[in-house]
Amino acid sequence: MLRYILLRILQAVPVFFGTTFLIYFMVFAMPGDPILAMFGDKTPNPAVLEALRAQYNLDKPFIVQYLLYIGDIFQGNFGISYSGREVSEILVRTFPVTLKLAVMAVVLELILSISIGLFSGIRKGKFFDNAMLIISLVLMSLPIFVIAFLAQFFVAIQWGWASPTVGGNTAWWNMLLPAIVLALSLYATSMRLMRGSTVETLGNDFVRTAYSKGLGRRRVIPVHVLRNSLIPVVTNSATNFGILIVGATVTEGIFNVPGVGNTLFQAIVRGERPTVVSFVTVLVIFYVFLNILVDLLYAVLDPRIRYV
Amino acid sequence: MTASEPLLSIRDLTIGFSTQNGFAEALHGVSFDVMPGETVAIVGESGSGKSTTAHGIINLLPENGKVTGGEVLFEGCDLVKLSRNEIESVRGREIGFVPQDPMSNLNPVWSIGFQVKETIRANGIATSKRDVEKHAIDVLKQAGLDDAERRLGQFPHQFSGGMRQRVLIGMGLSATPKLLIADEPTSALDVTVQRVILDNLAELTMLNNTAVLFITHDLGLAAERAEKLIVMYKGNIVEAGDSREILQNPQHPYTRRLVAAAPSLASQRIQAAVEHKTVDEPGGEFDLALAAEERVHEIDAEKHDSTPVIEVTNLTKTFKIRRGNFRSENFTAVNNVSFSVAKGTTTALVGESGSGKSTIAKMALGLESITSGSISIEGADLASMKRSGLMTLRRRMQPVFQDPYGSLDPMRNIGDIIGEPLRVHKFGTASERSQRVRELLDQVALPQELFNRYPNELSGGQRQRIAIARALALKPDIVVLDEAVSALDVLVQAQILQLLAELQSELGLTYLFITHDLAVVRVIADNVVVMQKGEIVETGPTDEVFGNPREAYTQNLLDAIPGANIELAV
Repeated sequence: MLRYILLRILQAVPVFFGTTFLIYFMVFAMPGDPILAMFGDKTPNPAVLEALRAQYNLDKPFIVQYLLYIGDIFQGNFGISYSGREVSEILVRTFPVTLKLAVMAVVLELILSISIGLFSGIRKGKFFDNAMLIISLVLMSLPIFVIAFLAQFFVAIQWGWASPTVGGNTAWWNMLLPAIVLALSLYATSMRLMRGSTVETLGNDFVRTAYSKGLGRRRVIPVHVLRNSLIPVVTNSATNFGILIVGATVTEGIFNVPGVGNTLFQAIVRGERPTVVSFVTVLVIFYVFLNILVDLLYAVLDPRIRYV
Repeated sequence: MTASEPLLSIRDLTIGFSTQNGFAEALHGVSFDVMPGETVAIVGESGSGKSTTAHGIINLLPENGKVTGGEVLFEGCDLVKLSRNEIESVRGREIGFVPQDPMSNLNPVWSIGFQVKETIRANGIATSKRDVEKHAIDVLKQAGLDDAERRLGQFPHQFSGGMRQRVLIGMGLSATPKLLIADEPTSALDVTVQRVILDNLAELTMLNNTAVLFITHDLGLAAERAEKLIVMYKGNIVEAGDSREILQNPQHPYTRRLVAAAPSLASQRIQAAVEHKTVDEPGGEFDLALAAEERVHEIDAEKHDSTPVIEVTNLTKTFKIRRGNFRSENFTAVNNVSFSVAKGTTTALVGESGSGKSTIAKMALGLESITSGSISIEGADLASMKRSGLMTLRRRMQPVFQDPYGSLDPMRNIGDIIGEPLRVHKFGTASERSQRVRELLDQVALPQELFNRYPNELSGGQRQRIAIARALALKPDIVVLDEAVSALDVLVQAQILQLLAELQSELGLTYLFITHDLAVVRVIADNVVVMQKGEIVETGPTDEVFGNPREAYTQNLLDAIPGANIELAV
């Protein structure tokens, strides 16, 4: 167990360097001069320009810039955004908001997809199953921004059940609508996975044996079918994290949620190297740890998995 | 109820399945009785409807299956008419069930104790936590599991197949039912384990006067364990009656074929023939005993040269097993094994699972590295071979594996599958290759039309013929058969064994035959190597080892062949 966790953390080291390098390089290669962009239409004083370039290490070769940046990160210094604020300060402000949104979305998604998937699997080929499959197909073919706009227009503006934008008020009830939108974007694949996995589990010999022992449906379904069917769904939810972040970026943009996705999007548009790279680095680290966590959870669900 | 009234009485039972091609009847009006305390066996090949009958009794048919007619009278009550709740209270409590495959019939994510305890609770044997626990331990102890207290917390994957089957038998009998349905309870187990488990089962059912409906494909086993025998074929009962009588004097042609094909019975007849030098009368189209005898004559007449083609010297294989937290220990799977195989003969490696026989096969094929010792194939040392050397070696030595469902790529057609070794070894042009594939299909007695078909359209026996054809594609001298007939029905098994024997005399092949089934060995092998825990226990010509086993372990294995002690009219 200990050995396994250590190995996984060691694996994260090349992932960390690889992703930060790649992101740094991509931002570096973006067209346009970020310092010039800060001045808008005005022509800056060459001396000021040089001073700013030196301050952000932009006058040095790429690889030196990268190494200086990594050195800073290891000292806990995520750099300063071009608007003059500490990147770490922006992170501390936006991260909890996105975390809240993501947790709400994932919880909603899991509750919906597991219960509906299980029931669909049991009622395979019946009306409920077919109806749910059609709904999931519709959801799968709708891009998330379409769902977001539809929800914003109908639920918030037409019917007035929620505020169309979140803004500064990040209480959970105010973020329910974007969370539902985000959940729906993840729901379809999970539900289909759960349904398929339920159908497969139901066909297992041990389910028949459970009935032969004299157990009723009420015992067999939750005890012998649900737990076994959950395993692939749990594994999948870890890999879904990437989709979740993409979805969060779009949803946060549309509903104006002051979270990581929204900030990251604006930073990319403005070519803010320190912000983009730092945010992505944090997301990568988070992703790696989430995966380790899910793998450990996997072992809890399936006793055959033992990490030695 | 008086003793003369049947406990279970099945009248004109018909069961059908709705398939893509409409509704198909699988069971066409089956009737039989089981008396209290009696053991009745249903025998038949796969698809004969024996398992369908068993599942139909307690309404455990798959969703597309349906009882379409007839009655299942259990103590006078028709089980077919019961509601879901009512049948649930019959299952487990009145009628116990022991399923076929111990590997797939325990839920892998729950502990053994959990699964035993829920059975006890569901059948209302005990309610308080302490009583349930006590009962669970009793159940496992009775089923022959040592230190049951500790075993409760363990998971199915930590148990061997035999131990799992003991758990399943324990659960099936936990509520002391009046009837136990045992659906091929030991066909996935080694013969020695099979015997111990069936003895235990017989003892437990005798103790409580439980009737047993025993389902098996092995006629010898059925006759040994049951007083009454029911032979099923394609959804009908073709013969029923006293088991010894059926075995000694089979009436129906199908039963006669079954008797002739059962390796367990054939081996006994061969023994009789060797001892009395009598001439056997053929019992059907594939008489294994006869086939084996013909082989012996042929080989005697041929006076083959005895130069060894495969020579194994002091072979050892050690595996490293990780024990967690950076520790590991060594496990010796094969320990200092030496034997040789002469050209044109068959040598069988026999032993229980874990005896190291398959590891030797893998090393001989170059699929597993050798820790120490050597294997030389026609004088060339395997360990010192380079990749190109191995490639030429594989041209002359080909494998056939156990599971004909797993060893054929489902995405490729038969022509591609058989032709692949030819392509890999760059044999001829495309048309020459397809010509050779057609030749091979003829050789294994399959129609050439199969060329463009896919494995899922074929039966298990046909698939195994394809696997043999693939092995023969490059005209090898040596074929390594790793449990090549173990997964097949007796009749199909007999056909494949016959085919192998014919191919051997036709093409002068050398076989290294790995199996746990001593009965099959008797039929096919010239020499036997008996293995236990990685070491050779006994080795010698088949007749000698079978007729006069020197080691207790070999004797033990021989005794475990089901039906070995039944008097046959030979």
